[in-house]
Amino acid sequence: MKIVVCIKQVPDTKGGVKFNPDGTLDRAAMLAIMNPDDKAGLEAALRIKEQTGAEVTVVTMGLPKAEEALREALAMGADKAVLVTDRVLGGADTWATSITVAGAIRNMEYDLIISGRQAIDGDTAQVGPQIAEHLGIPVISYAEDIKVEGDSVIVKRQYEDRYHEVKAKMPCLITALSELNVPRYMTPGGIFDAYDEKEVIVWGRKDLKDVDDSDLGLAGSPTKIAKASDKVRKGAGEKVTLDASESVTYIMDKLKEKHVI
Amino acid sequence: MDFALSKKHEMARTLFKEFAETEVKPLAQEVDETEEFPAGTVEKMAKAGFMGIPVPKEYGGQGCDPLTYTMCVEELSKVCGTTGVIVSAHTSLCIDPIMTYGTEEQKKKYVVPLAKGEKLGAFALTEPGAGTDAQGAQTKAVLDGDEWVLNGSKCFITNGKVGDVYIVIAITSVTEDKRGRKKKNFSAFIVEKGTPGFSFGTKEKKMGIRGSATYELIFEDCRIPKENLLGPEGKGFPIAMHTLDGGRIGIAAQALGIAEGALDRAIEYTKERKQFGRSIAQQQNTQFKLADMAAKIEAAQLLVYKAAMAKATKKVYSVEAAKAKLFAAETAMAVTTEVVQLFGGYGYIREYDVERMMRDAKITEIYEGTSEVQRMVISGALLK
Repeated sequence: MKIVVCIKQVPDTKGGVKFNPDGTLDRAAMLAIMNPDDKAGLEAALRIKEQTGAEVTVVTMGLPKAEEALREALAMGADKAVLVTDRVLGGADTWATSITVAGAIRNMEYDLIISGRQAIDGDTAQVGPQIAEHLGIPVISYAEDIKVEGDSVIVKRQYEDRYHEVKAKMPCLITALSELNVPRYMTPGGIFDAYDEKEVIVWGRKDLKDVDDSDLGLAGSPTKIAKASDKVRKGAGEKVTLDASESVTYIMDKLKEKHVI
Repeated sequence: MDFALSKKHEMARTLFKEFAETEVKPLAQEVDETEEFPAGTVEKMAKAGFMGIPVPKEYGGQGCDPLTYTMCVEELSKVCGTTGVIVSAHTSLCIDPIMTYGTEEQKKKYVVPLAKGEKLGAFALTEPGAGTDAQGAQTKAVLDGDEWVLNGSKCFITNGKVGDVYIVIAITSVTEDKRGRKKKNFSAFIVEKGTPGFSFGTKEKKMGIRGSATYELIFEDCRIPKENLLGPEGKGFPIAMHTLDGGRIGIAAQALGIAEGALDRAIEYTKERKQFGRSIAQQQNTQFKLADMAAKIEAAQLLVYKAAMAKATKKVYSVEAAKAKLFAAETAMAVTTEVVQLFGGYGYIREYDVERMMRDAKITEIYEGTSEVQRMVISGALLK
């Protein structure tokens, strides 16, 4: 069995978000980490590997620096790593990204593809399902539990108020939630292997299969970001203690005052 | 000459730091307060591969170098001195001598489970009447048929009682030199917990590293198989001394970590603490103290890493290890004392980590060779 795990290196938003003057993320000023949902997806793949002896390949599209996230994945126990990096791929939105990653995966053998639900920098949750669409395979999103049974996967899929248990024949794509598991730590020996024994294979535009140049990079991205900003901290607000009918009057007055109604 | 760490060492540090912050730091106060051995943490460290970092993979280890192991002890000790010494004593004092002097059978039987963290190791040299003067030890081993019979006691043994495998140094013969002076000949043995005649005395109540289990070991006609002799008969003393050279690098790393942890706390606290209308970090007295501490800590780190590199490449590294331990231990004591002073009254309260760090620091100037012993080793080499 062969599993491909799609990961993304993202800025760690724990310490707050920093922006460049033009509104884009100042990635250099923030610590780079493996996206948490992707890490859970990798952990799920590694657990399947332990049970079935599957081969796990991680793939990412990004700057050359994204190699660090791939090395981390190798140090956790992934077998192979592919970095898709090329100037012409820069500025990609989710559409161009999913076309690029799908173009890379077409050159790999796979039974199962696992991606994180969404990345903490963009929070779109679009890339995983789009990759499945481009490859023409089924997708099961929001996985909280994954079991492999013969040539199928059984996935517990999270909804706001319920779960669905979905069975799909492989090949298919699953998007993972960080709630899926607690990812293992790298091991010291795994880190040494990741640098000394294993390699990160670097692919460029020419290594992508069945993609049009017009669908790549900034030029191939239909999304235009007007403005990006960090969450603006709200003021302390105003606290009042009133009974029910007084509250209604108070709120109505406030809404009128602000021209909301 | 390049002082930059390689990418793999940087990544290893990231791992140790993340583990220490997530798994060790939240328990550090409790471990100190209750004096309970953090068995759960040791289990997690075993799973993460921290119990056999410098051991080759064929013996169950991680196949990394002494520098990586040193960085592990350093990062653990930044948040908990107890956890640092558990790894150090296990790796440097128990696994290392078996790897260095053990037979293939001994390595397979003992190192593999130790390096995987399935078993915990300890080392026993010190006796009530033999500390710095290790030659004063009294514990004896006599060969009786296919067994060595051990009698005597050892004290202040780190990982005592919780440990499964013990390296024990005992007298195996007394010979006379040409002038008729008696000379004790020591040998090293591997002793397993549970061997009849091997028991534990009282648990020591300590000033610091209170979660580390420190016990007296008692041997009463304790019979161990002949093949558990470690290294050649009569070479126990040099084996012990060489083992301690390695151990000192681990303790130096522990001391370094404690100092770094205290400085981290001081930086956070002095920025927050306000007196006379501004943070105490804005006072020049604080700034100069922080600067002095940072400079000392970096000097200690360079000595510790240099000693770790020497262990990887040289057969003898006694002087490098002694310098690293001497300077790192004294830095840990000086820095933690200064940090408690910067914290003022709060520094004296047990709720704050720095009080524990100051207590933990003191032992690094004492065990695995006091600072005075390190000075003897260094000056001995200078005046040779």
